[in-house]
Amino acid sequence: MSFISSTEADKNTYDVVVVGSGAAGGQTAYTLAMDGVRVLMLEAGRRYDPAAETPMMQTNAEAPLRGVSTPEKPFGFWDATIDGGWEVPGEPYTSASGDPGRQFRRWRARMLGGRTNHWGRISLRNGPYDFKPHSRDGLGFDWPMNYQDLAPYYDKVEMLIGVYGGDDDLENTPKSSAGVLLPPPKPRVSDLLVKQRAAKVGVPVIPMHRAVMTTRLDHVRLPKLLHPGNAKAQSIIAADMQKRAACFWATPCGRGCSIRANYQSTTVHLPPALDTGNLDIVTDAMVRAVTKRADGKAEGVVYIDRTTGAEHRVKARIVVLAASALESVRILLNSSAANSSGNVGKYIMDTVGAGIGGQVPLLENMPLHNEDGADFGHLYTPWWLYKEQLAGKLGFARGYHFEFGGGRRMPEMGTAAGLEWLNGGTYGRKFKEDARRYYGSFVYFSGRGEMIPNEDSFAELDPTVKDKFGIPVLRFHWKWSPHELGQAAHMQKTAADIIQAMGGRTSNAPQPGAKAIKQGGVIIHEVGGAMMGTDPKKSVTNSYGQCWDMKNLFITDGATLCSNADKNPTLTIMALAWRASEHMLSLMKRKEL
Amino acid sequence: MSLDRRTTLKWMFAAAAAVPSLRTLGAMPDPLARDVAATQAGYGTDPALMKEWKPGGPWPLTLTESGRRATQALCDLIIPADEHSPAASAVGVVDFIDEWISAPYPNQRADRDTVLSGLSWIDEEASKRFGKGFSNLDEKQRSAIADDICSASKAAPEFAKAAKFFAKFRDLTAGGFYTTPIGMKDIGYTGNVVLDRFDGPPLEALKKAGLA
Repeated sequence: MSFISSTEADKNTYDVVVVGSGAAGGQTAYTLAMDGVRVLMLEAGRRYDPAAETPMMQTNAEAPLRGVSTPEKPFGFWDATIDGGWEVPGEPYTSASGDPGRQFRRWRARMLGGRTNHWGRISLRNGPYDFKPHSRDGLGFDWPMNYQDLAPYYDKVEMLIGVYGGDDDLENTPKSSAGVLLPPPKPRVSDLLVKQRAAKVGVPVIPMHRAVMTTRLDHVRLPKLLHPGNAKAQSIIAADMQKRAACFWATPCGRGCSIRANYQSTTVHLPPALDTGNLDIVTDAMVRAVTKRADGKAEGVVYIDRTTGAEHRVKARIVVLAASALESVRILLNSSAANSSGNVGKYIMDTVGAGIGGQVPLLENMPLHNEDGADFGHLYTPWWLYKEQLAGKLGFARGYHFEFGGGRRMPEMGTAAGLEWLNGGTYGRKFKEDARRYYGSFVYFSGRGEMIPNEDSFAELDPTVKDKFGIPVLRFHWKWSPHELGQAAHMQKTAADIIQAMGGRTSNAPQPGAKAIKQGGVIIHEVGGAMMGTDPKKSVTNSYGQCWDMKNLFITDGATLCSNADKNPTLTIMALAWRASEHMLSLMKRKEL
Repeated sequence: MSLDRRTTLKWMFAAAAAVPSLRTLGAMPDPLARDVAATQAGYGTDPALMKEWKPGGPWPLTLTESGRRATQALCDLIIPADEHSPAASAVGVVDFIDEWISAPYPNQRADRDTVLSGLSWIDEEASKRFGKGFSNLDEKQRSAIADDICSASKAAPEFAKAAKFFAKFRDLTAGGFYTTPIGMKDIGYTGNVVLDRFDGPPLEALKKAGLA
């Protein structure tokens, strides 16, 4: 089994059809295929081969326009995303409001592996509070599970994909089990200066967790832990782990990684899943809807082959939506399925984003040394004001973390641009001296915070607009609450305080929240829209992503999340997908499905 | 006449209305650039990342010979040769700026207007002050003009727009230059090389930041 065409897929039968090939689809297909389940994966974008297509080591001078962002490559020319971005030609989405503050921007990647090819690889666990936010402060929704339910799956995902991190065990920032994480990379000068000076304003700094292999994976020890009692799976993953190299400390992760040193679905989940012989993949397969059997269960899906325009149908015992939270919502709405609660599309969330940068004289004219490291994110700041927040001292209810960076990164268009605020505007020999002096002396703090789900942020089908396949598109409603705005202002103010404590100054003054906050969707942490819960009247799925209304329809992407902790959601999505897939396995073994 | 030229002329007439200029004397300067085709496409949403890309590849370059001369004169004034590295034009920055202002994307189209109008202005200003085009001035004469427009915050009101142009042109020149191997070496970037291990900063760097 392997990559096949839609017409070949027509002739086959499958146990499970998985819609989507990113973090959720990749993990779901991996877990199922490793256990002998016959899986068909449908991906809307084209086939993509990181080994052959990743621009490792290319400099920006080798790219058109020195690699800057354009509407066709919004994260820059070398970014791994293809056929994607904020706009996808022929596949629009709409906003109910003309006010930019109430609009949602939707990032899509139409390619095998989806957004995992370019993501930041930040892999933070939710903590115990993050599963019971309503119990803690009366806002939002509790999850139908707790941290202990998911902890074993966090361990498994981290062992499989390879995550570096420290062993800090802080309030609501749990540590991984012993032997799970890879060692964190050494901090840069700017990292250490941030750590030293942030401590003076009471802000902690610890090693970041990222899905980048700082050493090779232990192919002897880990397979037994990942797949106990499954000799075939152990053998396949042991062999695959030996084909992944450790990071060689160069070239940005956002381009993808041809040596497979970081996690992307296309380099980590799909190769071993294909090696089982249990996975078929059809690319360019744009799913329109879930089809139904007479008894009300899911029959399969109907999809359009983008290369021919022909419609195809596939049947399976189980249908899994893992198309990204919003695409899965769209498929559900277009299927008129699993929505007796009326909550499909409701409570969509992004991450609160605000940041500020500055220049630090102590970092000027550093002795030459290589600071590439593991790209960015060697250290970070976890949320640290839980007690003050619970006591109502902050004016906003949920926390955030700081991702920060500095140092001499590979020069790009912005490297020596806009220096006038520092040097008054120079040219000639003086400008060249200034460029050397200031290079590497900048730091940037990105706050990433928890948004509380609200009634005014939801997606529905646009009543008139359809995409080029004739499929109705999503229309977004969006509103930040005072909690998010207060948090965004706090992010900028705190980061400015840290920069000041470093002896630096910010290029701009901290702004009020409404000005500081990034537009909804811009952080690309879309979750919600088909929440899990304990009550079928109020939620769409149970804790396994199994739809209340259609027992053989599962959602394993971010759509089921009941809250969007400040921790970047991808790791949690993968842990949930693994757990959900094990549940599917047990239901199939018990012949319940 | 293209939109770019119209914009340029409008600005030139407004800025130079009070003083005699080449144009009012009847001498029409050579155009700086050919038009960008209205239907010009970009590199698409799925460009081949492993192929070799050069200015002029994804879309045609448009600077004329006089446009290239003016671009070279100004980018080499901003980044001249020194004991560390050659001038901007020696590492392909003129080609890069040409690629930039010839690109079909909205940001670059906006920059095209800024750059072509600015280059026209600076030639006009050179003629006013010294009786010849900017690229024919000596370094001292070029600097006399640059000194008036190199700081957007300090420029006199009549130079405010020219100073904005200069800031944009300086950013383009610096971006074009410091992304090349020679520029990266000059500025002190030593990365993008395969390492067995990452050792973190050396002791002298930690000392310099007061961390050791």
